[in-house]
Amino acid sequence: MKREIPLLIAGIVGTVLVIQYFIPHVPFGTLNDVFSDWFTVIQATAIWLGVLNLVKVAGDKVYKRQKDWQYSLIIIVCFLGITIIGFFFSGGRRFLDSGTAFTWLYDNVYNPLVSMMFALLAFFVASASYRAFRARNKEATILLVAAFLVMLGRVPLGDVLTNWLPNWLHMSNVASWIMNVPNMAGQRAIMIGIALGTVSTSLRMILGIERSYLGGE
Amino acid sequence: MKQKFIMATALTLALAFAAMAQVAETSGEPVTESAAPDTAVVLSVAPPGEVIAQDTPNDAGSSVTIKWQRSADDVNGVPGFGGYNILRGTSPDGPFEVIGEATSGGDEGDQVYKTYLDNNAADGVSYYYAVESRLGDLASRTVTQSPVTSSQQWFNFNLINMLIATVFLITAILYYINSAKSGKKLYIRKIAGLEAVDEAVGRATEMGRKIFFIPGTSDMDNVQTIAGLTILARVAKLTAEYEARIDVPVSRSLVMVTAREVVKEAYLNAGRPDSYSDDMVYYLTDDQFGYAAGIDGLVVRQKPATIFYQGSFYAESLILAETGNSIGAIQIAGTAQPSQLPFFVASCDYTLIGEELFAASAYLSHEPKQLGSLKGQDLGKAVIMAALIIGFIIQVLGIFNFASLFSVAGG
Repeated sequence: MKREIPLLIAGIVGTVLVIQYFIPHVPFGTLNDVFSDWFTVIQATAIWLGVLNLVKVAGDKVYKRQKDWQYSLIIIVCFLGITIIGFFFSGGRRFLDSGTAFTWLYDNVYNPLVSMMFALLAFFVASASYRAFRARNKEATILLVAAFLVMLGRVPLGDVLTNWLPNWLHMSNVASWIMNVPNMAGQRAIMIGIALGTVSTSLRMILGIERSYLGGE
Repeated sequence: MKQKFIMATALTLALAFAAMAQVAETSGEPVTESAAPDTAVVLSVAPPGEVIAQDTPNDAGSSVTIKWQRSADDVNGVPGFGGYNILRGTSPDGPFEVIGEATSGGDEGDQVYKTYLDNNAADGVSYYYAVESRLGDLASRTVTQSPVTSSQQWFNFNLINMLIATVFLITAILYYINSAKSGKKLYIRKIAGLEAVDEAVGRATEMGRKIFFIPGTSDMDNVQTIAGLTILARVAKLTAEYEARIDVPVSRSLVMVTAREVVKEAYLNAGRPDSYSDDMVYYLTDDQFGYAAGIDGLVVRQKPATIFYQGSFYAESLILAETGNSIGAIQIAGTAQPSQLPFFVASCDYTLIGEELFAASAYLSHEPKQLGSLKGQDLGKAVIMAALIIGFIIQVLGIFNFASLFSVAGG
């Protein structure tokens, strides 16, 4: 029963959601929103499971002085600090209102940290490109040439260098052609495969053939 | 005498005008509210032409589509033309209340008409609509001839092509599942990324290091996350058999609960329930870059031998994969996010591209019913390829707009 009931729920909900896509009439037309609302409620409730787990795992590490326990201590201090500040140091206002200590921390600590992580991407793109664009074989060489042309076409220098050529050979037009024709064709082929794979996987779950996500074989 | 004649003429004209206005309003003809009679310059605005109101098709009710022929002043670009008022009433004689406004100019693709959607109509109530053209303080109105009632529809005919495609695909998949059940041998091509799973887990065991499994940053409502967890089932079972150690840091509470169930069951199936611990699957944060930072820290400090990225990833994909690459871990990624695939291809040893992620469960389990579903999927792909070739020829020859067969009206 532990597995049959979830399978039954998945099957019924999956079937209903497929049907409702084609039927706008009530109750079908509103079911998608109803299920989405339910998911949001469950998701919001379940956040406590995650938070409690985070505190437990980090707390255990600190208590048992496991390797790198100092990082876990930072997690606990930050978690408790932001929670206490949000709840008790908002000066009678909502903690998300501007001017509260919580908002100050959000704007001046959290946001810069997130921006810093995002900015790391620039360096990682450079190192990944260096590896990917090495002309080791025919395919990698094509990739290298295409990437070079696209990058050149995206900056003014590209057009300055190719101004004397016919319009369709201007570097910006060449870059656009690479992006809109061969690149787009490849992307669409992948997306068609993804769409078919999604339908197939969903059908396996609705029919109960796919059970691995419930812990089954 | 002359004065009396002028007064009589004025009175007659005024009465005739009032009578015409009355007749026009009841018969749906335009009504012109002109300036005061003593004004020297005659001011008026041309009313909209025919007004048609109909229940909006293929919808969930509460909506009426109002379409009218643009006012001549709008068409001629008379300066100061101020657009249209849309009015609604339950009787052709009024009273009407203004429910919205529309700017001047025609519909996209049809400059003769203008369309407005009343999305606040009550189902089952008969309404009359009036459209009023405006020019300064002047207004001129045309009323619909007959009442209209909004209602909910039982089928969205705009999606008929989607329904045919869905039914075809489902039938094909079910057919091949049944064929597979009857014992028919099905060929499945080798997927390098999945073939490498055993090797990757074995390598971690030999090195005495951990295996990291990252299920992405989406929740359980994303089919990619579910597909990723089916791979986790296989990886966790191998890990249990090899007595290696697996860590599954997650970014969603529901994924944590599900992943725990998956890993626990895998250890049970491998005959090693005692080796399982809830701490193998742990929550970091819901925040995208906080999650990436957390995993990067763990990877750099713990130096896992193998890292799996299976699920839905966004901008964090390259941050994670490059950090894994920098410590020399063997990395197997899989996602159906086309924009993230190049990053994984550049940074990982193996990448499951799009549909391969969804095929993983069938591939790893070798269960005939699951393999059958892949075969049905392949038939769908063959049909799409044929449609592309035929469509290309038809479009090039200009026979008809083949692409329109695949577009969803209103979508």
